[in-house]
Amino acid sequence: MQLDAKIPAGPLAEKWDKHRFDLKLVNPANKRKFTIIIVGTGLAGGSAAASLAELGYHVKSFCIQDTPRRAHSIAAQGGINASKNYANDGDSDWRLFYDTIKGGDFRSREANVYRLAQVSGNIIDQCTAQGVPFAREYGGGLANRSFGGAQVSRTFYARGQTGQQLLLGAYSAMSRQIAAGMIEMFPRREMLELVIIDGQARGIVTRHLITGEMECHAADAVVLASGGYGNVFYLSTNAMSSNVSAAFRAYKRGAFFANPCYTQIHPTCIPIHGTYQSKLTLMSESLRNDGRVWVPKDPGDTRPPDQIPESERDYYLERKYPTFGNLVPRDVASRNAKAQCDAGRGVGETGRAVYLDLSDAIKRDGREVIERKYGNLFQMYEKITDEDPYQVPMRIYPASHYTMGGLWVDYNLMSTIPGLFVLGEANFSDHGANRLGASALMQGLADGYFVIPYTIGGYLAGADHQHVSTSHSAFRDALGFADARIEKLMKLTGKRTVNDFHRRLGAILWDYCGMSRNDEGLKKGLQMVRDLRAEFWENACVPGSARDLNQSLERAGRVADFLEFGELLILDALERRESCGSHFNEAFQTEEHEALRDDEHFCHVAAWEYRGDEQVPERHIEPLVFENVHLTQRSYK
Amino acid sequence: MTRTINLTLKVWRQPAAAAKGRFETLHATNISTDMSFLEMLDVVNEQLTLDGKEPIAFDSDCREGICGQCGAVINGHPHGAEKGTTLCQLHMRHFQNGDTIVVEPFRARAFKLHKDLIIDRSPLDQIIQAGGYISVHTGGAPEANTIPISEDRAELAMDAAACIGCGACVAACPNASAMLFVSAKISHLALLPQGRPEAARRALSMVRKMDELCFGNCSNERECEAECPKEISIANIARMNREYIKAGFFSALK
Repeated sequence: MQLDAKIPAGPLAEKWDKHRFDLKLVNPANKRKFTIIIVGTGLAGGSAAASLAELGYHVKSFCIQDTPRRAHSIAAQGGINASKNYANDGDSDWRLFYDTIKGGDFRSREANVYRLAQVSGNIIDQCTAQGVPFAREYGGGLANRSFGGAQVSRTFYARGQTGQQLLLGAYSAMSRQIAAGMIEMFPRREMLELVIIDGQARGIVTRHLITGEMECHAADAVVLASGGYGNVFYLSTNAMSSNVSAAFRAYKRGAFFANPCYTQIHPTCIPIHGTYQSKLTLMSESLRNDGRVWVPKDPGDTRPPDQIPESERDYYLERKYPTFGNLVPRDVASRNAKAQCDAGRGVGETGRAVYLDLSDAIKRDGREVIERKYGNLFQMYEKITDEDPYQVPMRIYPASHYTMGGLWVDYNLMSTIPGLFVLGEANFSDHGANRLGASALMQGLADGYFVIPYTIGGYLAGADHQHVSTSHSAFRDALGFADARIEKLMKLTGKRTVNDFHRRLGAILWDYCGMSRNDEGLKKGLQMVRDLRAEFWENACVPGSARDLNQSLERAGRVADFLEFGELLILDALERRESCGSHFNEAFQTEEHEALRDDEHFCHVAAWEYRGDEQVPERHIEPLVFENVHLTQRSYK
Repeated sequence: MTRTINLTLKVWRQPAAAAKGRFETLHATNISTDMSFLEMLDVVNEQLTLDGKEPIAFDSDCREGICGQCGAVINGHPHGAEKGTTLCQLHMRHFQNGDTIVVEPFRARAFKLHKDLIIDRSPLDQIIQAGGYISVHTGGAPEANTIPISEDRAELAMDAAACIGCGACVAACPNASAMLFVSAKISHLALLPQGRPEAARRALSMVRKMDELCFGNCSNERECEAECPKEISIANIARMNREYIKAGFFSALK
């Protein structure tokens, strides 16, 4: 199958404008006749639900939490990028576009990324109008700060709670539409199946997490905004219920899964400190604005940090990358932290950590200023580690955080299944092989507020739609399939808990398909995942009953999907015979240990097609064409 | 330093809303003091599962204190006795070896119980739906910097906007009032110029919805402020009352 990204012709800066004009419109009176299902209420799903309901569509919105205000976008701390150039430091749409393309190591689509930059300013306007309390200058204007991978100050923020405030903005817009009867809200639901009729996505099967009841929902289009798959690593900065299942169900129904091996390992997280740990906590990248990363120069130096004199510290990011210093992109910062720890210069009890030191900034600006900027982050650090970061430098280590890979979508954000749209982290589209800080919020909201409202109209106006109801045989089949799977899970009465399997899967992927990969390890990991999956279906234990609130069953379903998906992730990493961004295969590196791309053979998107449980999935490619930027070896020196 | 401790838990177990609930005594052994309270419950649940029993049902999601999904009453305190802390951020180093810990769901007339520690907080959503928003369509927003907002006012709005909607204030209040929650949203929007056009309508309809949903009244107990994991100030309640009175007396709305 030939993948057609449907990128409009014409000059880069005019593509989106022209495309919006070319898209067919749905007559306002007809919009109410269309039902749109949206799965997920994070920034992408929430903003899409509100915007589509405002247009007059009948929206059915689903979330796994008890209310649409809790999706994990809420945990994004540092900020949201926009090319407003308020700082007068030379920012522009073009610069945001270029930084994002380069940050992604030239593995994303030019047209998508340029559109993202173009609408970035509208997002700030929209959120401000909703009452998002962005940080302000004394003069009353919006404040900015810097983030990794950029030399301009373009990041808007609300203390260390930017994601929370933006999500509450989208949630408030949704609430208004719920009150108006335009959005039907279904909280505490998990999507278990995608329903396809005549080749088009026409509904979903969900499980009500309180009663255990299975439900069918029909629609004219389905929008997935179900987030990323970072929890495949078990320990990640994701929330407990973040999962790949909705996306993976769609994959199994024919949606291609693109670039699963692009997994972002975030450099500034609180290090692991025990086997019982359920998650890792991020310390916002914004701390790298004022914080300096260092390790002792001598391996095995166990002195407390305040007893290590300046001359015996290695500020390795500043030394190796004088231009970007502590603000290099995430993949570069993460790999460097790992290299320092591998060389024995790691700090703390486990030796798997580096210092992030804000003492110079505290001396320079005073504690009050630092407290205002990062107070909640410092507090969070202290709660977890029982150390006061105003006195002792923070210890940080990389952790699984974000996934650039996701379901393949075209320029309209439609997957390979007509009528199935995918937004936000769940799609693959804008970040290439590495996402820059403060770009996830931008992409989620761009997709939901400013892209899908136009492109879904183009689809609905163009397609030939028969009305379908949940009495259609396709719903019966999907329901039967989902029920059978639950029954199979409920029969598991083995000796290991589901969490135990998940923890093991995470360890395998972290060791063999994490920050640094090699062929031998990948092959070994692949076999280990297969063995673990076989054991899961023999020896896992799922207590309780199916028609009840059963959190063990919920987890079992998600872990079962992760066990299959983990294999796809490794397969993709094996097939990409180059290093790029977050995908670092040790066989492909420059003399300075940076990722070495192979533009001749791998300047493409890899999109995987499911071919059956016993078959190897088929790898399709979408060539990436660069007409406006010159591909270079990324350098942040 | 990491230590391990042994604890006795008295946990509220209730299979469903209509079923009868009771306290069950469980033992949590070899608990690392670096664990969070929820990680301790995870460990207990793993053991229950292996013993063929049903694990304790409890809500949690982000586990970093921002989503507001977790929460239980620990020894009489919503989210435990530590100041400014959600249950997921409460660490076991605050307990002593041999402690007995009582774990109950948030209780309030307006919150129905689903199972064990899981409750239905959807009435809080209904209050927001009654007016906790600024009515602006996607696409119609003016350039952001055309609305100057003084730094201190933006900070004050942010203080109120930090509410995570966990419901601890309701559970803490002897009257099961949602005043702190409602006032945080009314304040956040009333403090900003964007929120002024609808301020009167918002105050009236949110307060009415709160009353309609059987939340109690405020009698200045200040328990809500003391237990709020985000330390939202009750000054917001005073601001809400002013907004409500202004709306009642001086606006054309009824």
